[in-house]
Amino acid sequence: MGTTAYDNNEFHQARWNEPVIYELSTPGERGIFLPEVEPEIEDLAGNVLDELPAGMCRSKSPELPEMSQMRALKHYLRLSQENLGADFNVDIGQGTCTMKYSPKVNELFVRSPKIADLHPLQDESTLQGVLEIMYKTEQFLKSISGMDRISFQPGAGSHAILAIVSIIRAWVDANGLTDTKDEIITTIFSHPSNCAVAKLKGFKVVNIYADPVTGRPDFEAFKAAVSERTAALLITNPEDVGIYNERIQDFTDLVHAHGGLCSYDQANANGILGVTRAKEANFDLCFFNLHKTFSSPHGCGGPGSGVVGVRDRLIQYLPVPLVSFDEKTDHYYLDYNFSKTIGKIKDFYGVIPVIVRAYAWIMSLGARGLLEVARVSVLNNNYVLKKLLDMRGVTAPYADRETRIEQVRFSFQKLKEETSCGFGDVQRRICDFGCHIWNSHEPFIIPEPFTIEPTESYSKKELDEYLAVIEQIIEEAYTEPDIVKNAPYNSVVHHIAEHKYLDEPDLWAITWRMYKKRYNDYFKKKA
Amino acid sequence: MKESFIHPFIPNSVPEVQQEMLKDIGVEDVEDFYSCIPDAQRYKGLLELPKPYLSEVELKKHVNGIINKNLSTEDLLSFLGGGCWQHYIPAICDEINGRSEFLTAYAGEPYEDHGRFQALFEYTSMMAELLDVDVVNVPTYDGSQAAATALRMACRITNRSKVIVSDLTAPDRLSVIKGYLYPDIEVIEIGHDSLSGLSNLDDLENKLTENVGAVYFENPSYLGFIETQGEMISNTAHNSGALSVVWVDPSSLGVLSPPSSYGADLTCGDIQPLGIHMFMGGGRGGFIGAPDDDKFIEEYPSRLFGIVPTTHGEWGFGDVAWERTSYANREDAKEFVGTGAALWGITAGVYLSLMGPKGMRELGENCIKKTNYALKRLASLNGLTVPAIGKHFFKEFVVNFDKTGKTVQEINARLLEQGIFGGHDLSKSYSQLGQSALYCFTEIHSRDDIERLISTMNLILNA
Repeated sequence: MGTTAYDNNEFHQARWNEPVIYELSTPGERGIFLPEVEPEIEDLAGNVLDELPAGMCRSKSPELPEMSQMRALKHYLRLSQENLGADFNVDIGQGTCTMKYSPKVNELFVRSPKIADLHPLQDESTLQGVLEIMYKTEQFLKSISGMDRISFQPGAGSHAILAIVSIIRAWVDANGLTDTKDEIITTIFSHPSNCAVAKLKGFKVVNIYADPVTGRPDFEAFKAAVSERTAALLITNPEDVGIYNERIQDFTDLVHAHGGLCSYDQANANGILGVTRAKEANFDLCFFNLHKTFSSPHGCGGPGSGVVGVRDRLIQYLPVPLVSFDEKTDHYYLDYNFSKTIGKIKDFYGVIPVIVRAYAWIMSLGARGLLEVARVSVLNNNYVLKKLLDMRGVTAPYADRETRIEQVRFSFQKLKEETSCGFGDVQRRICDFGCHIWNSHEPFIIPEPFTIEPTESYSKKELDEYLAVIEQIIEEAYTEPDIVKNAPYNSVVHHIAEHKYLDEPDLWAITWRMYKKRYNDYFKKKA
Repeated sequence: MKESFIHPFIPNSVPEVQQEMLKDIGVEDVEDFYSCIPDAQRYKGLLELPKPYLSEVELKKHVNGIINKNLSTEDLLSFLGGGCWQHYIPAICDEINGRSEFLTAYAGEPYEDHGRFQALFEYTSMMAELLDVDVVNVPTYDGSQAAATALRMACRITNRSKVIVSDLTAPDRLSVIKGYLYPDIEVIEIGHDSLSGLSNLDDLENKLTENVGAVYFENPSYLGFIETQGEMISNTAHNSGALSVVWVDPSSLGVLSPPSSYGADLTCGDIQPLGIHMFMGGGRGGFIGAPDDDKFIEEYPSRLFGIVPTTHGEWGFGDVAWERTSYANREDAKEFVGTGAALWGITAGVYLSLMGPKGMRELGENCIKKTNYALKRLASLNGLTVPAIGKHFFKEFVVNFDKTGKTVQEINARLLEQGIFGGHDLSKSYSQLGQSALYCFTEIHSRDDIERLISTMNLILNA
């Protein structure tokens, strides 16, 4: 068995059994006061509410909880303690999400009123600092990707895909190809939003599967799929399995030969920063997630920022505005002058705090630092790969004995066959050690999957700690499987065993109001 | 690159550790991991980036040097609105959304990430009460995305392919809606009365064909006035088999009726006014409210969190109807879903728990009374036409400067010299309103603030 014993078996996550906030409400309590409306205002404004037409004044107060300030604070602080942020754990089990360190100094910048309390419609002369940051971050990302212009408007990665496919849609229509170019090709190991958005924007979707041996997208299947109907290729490299597709340029060349566009999903670019770029592989478009590769914290699922880069010929299609610089007047400005723009993807200009953090992160690393980020994230990944493959019950399908880039999709299928403990059991058990592991994007072509992405942020000692936890759980699965199956024990709550409450319409309760309508006491169904 | 580069964010940049790890892997050099990348695709040399500030001292000085060039709404007195509004943010909102546990978490399970599931379930529960609906989603990117998705949901529910929207829909939002609904759903605009701003119901009747799946309007409207015909619009839509979709400012709902009370089937909007900093328009989150009806719930593309039992009688939480989502069903799903704006959902929940029913009522009273006070005060100034459009207002209204002989640009430049951000210039986006500006007043404005605007404006007009 292993060489490193996990040495914190005493871990227990905070368990406050915190009531649902409505159970804490006491009629009459107040959490905060608002200013009293001054008498002069009352006098002149008059009985303005009474003057509203019938039906426009709220007749019944909203049923919000009534709480004193400290109890509300305590409630949310307790809930925060019942949440395992990346700052607390060795967060390498959430593959495809690049859970790296988000430097604390960057929080100071975004919390400054000079960023947080800016109004988007202020005079540009008062926004020169933030526009300068946007402009310079664009120059950095142009260098990192080789693209010619970058839009910051989308609110996260899937939203960036929406911007990209909207550009492809507009380009197809503008070139009179609406009836001929109606297909988008993507791969089964690319993020599900690629195919979902392609369908949303009216394209037929062709999914290319991986070669069962090499794990690369099957080039022969791809070749058979490409035709004059191909509007675009949406592809990731490496895909979620972490294997670099060395024939990527054959893919882009073939699509170009048929008059289509190629878009590079770079949501997970961490392992190739400064190593290879979208431009050199002949992509026309790409996107990055600033909340992944560029360190902005993930906020429990956003806000993020998905930035879209394009080559010259597609610049005119970008969402408006972009940030440009007038050298004559030494002035940054919001530039709406793009003739074929797809318009707006999002209100205003983008998720500013995330852009500011990305700027500061790049400025704290520089070119050498970014390259070291890539190199160490790949080193860490291959270290974890080697150690996990030494464990019983773990396999990493495809590309046998090859090294990988930034992440690996593993399988617990063997563990399940040999112990009856599957991925879901391990996932619940790992909470007892203050760790997390995720089951990968569907469909589960690799059975009982999990994806590990170690990033550059964790020391060898920390990686060993995580590996020791996995090793201990595997040992339990082989010797005392019930321990794994009945987990968790030391997490915030115990096993959520009945999924019918999430899947059956007459049982699910999506709000407290629905719960009270359906149930008495603890999930006792009303007649 | 052989020379070592040890960085505080990269523990394993220590050469000895790297050597030990490489030995374990059985590889000589980190470069070997990249041997799979063809030479033509390798980037040679170092990226063109500026010299970094490796020390935190220098980095902080550098970044602060840039951001301090900004003047914020904390520095100047602001009357800007237009879809992003300055409201008071209770200290506890920032305390909670700055907690590492929430700030740095992502996609953990309902066990170790129980806290975010509960906080977001509570957010949707409180929003449901504010909106007087049964179901609310985990926040999407912003209110415009929420509106666009609500319209797509309505078309799926009705199996129709056209929507009708007011031609006074917020310009950015209209652009998002048109882009998002293209190419399969047609967006038809209806006109408005140029005095009252209210939707033209005859135009609505005429355009409401059997292919129209939704009728959409905003309350209060982008130009600040309250659309008082909500019930008539909803009834007209329903009579034709279409749904009523209403975008609402949630800060108004302590005093104004929730859209569901005048027939809205889907209610959407942005949570920015509920405790979220403006961030130059970058602090936003979209909500969609719906009734407890499977045919609505099954059409959400967003995450929906439900409450469930555990084996030990605790409150547990999880994803409701997961199969709807593109995570589960890729291109066969409802639209698509990804990272949205969860942290702002938690923040809006904190806000609503502090405000309670009384706080939301007082917020609404503050806004509507101060706005109507400011309206009357501005109307008393020579040359201003106030309101330029509409009759009843919540926190914004349009001021017209045509009779002053000055442009909004000139007025705003002079106001800025006096430390005031004047109202948003509408002269380009709404040229039919001439030289007009959209002014916004909320609970943060005292009578002194408003009087400072009045006296400064008076001086500018008489200069």
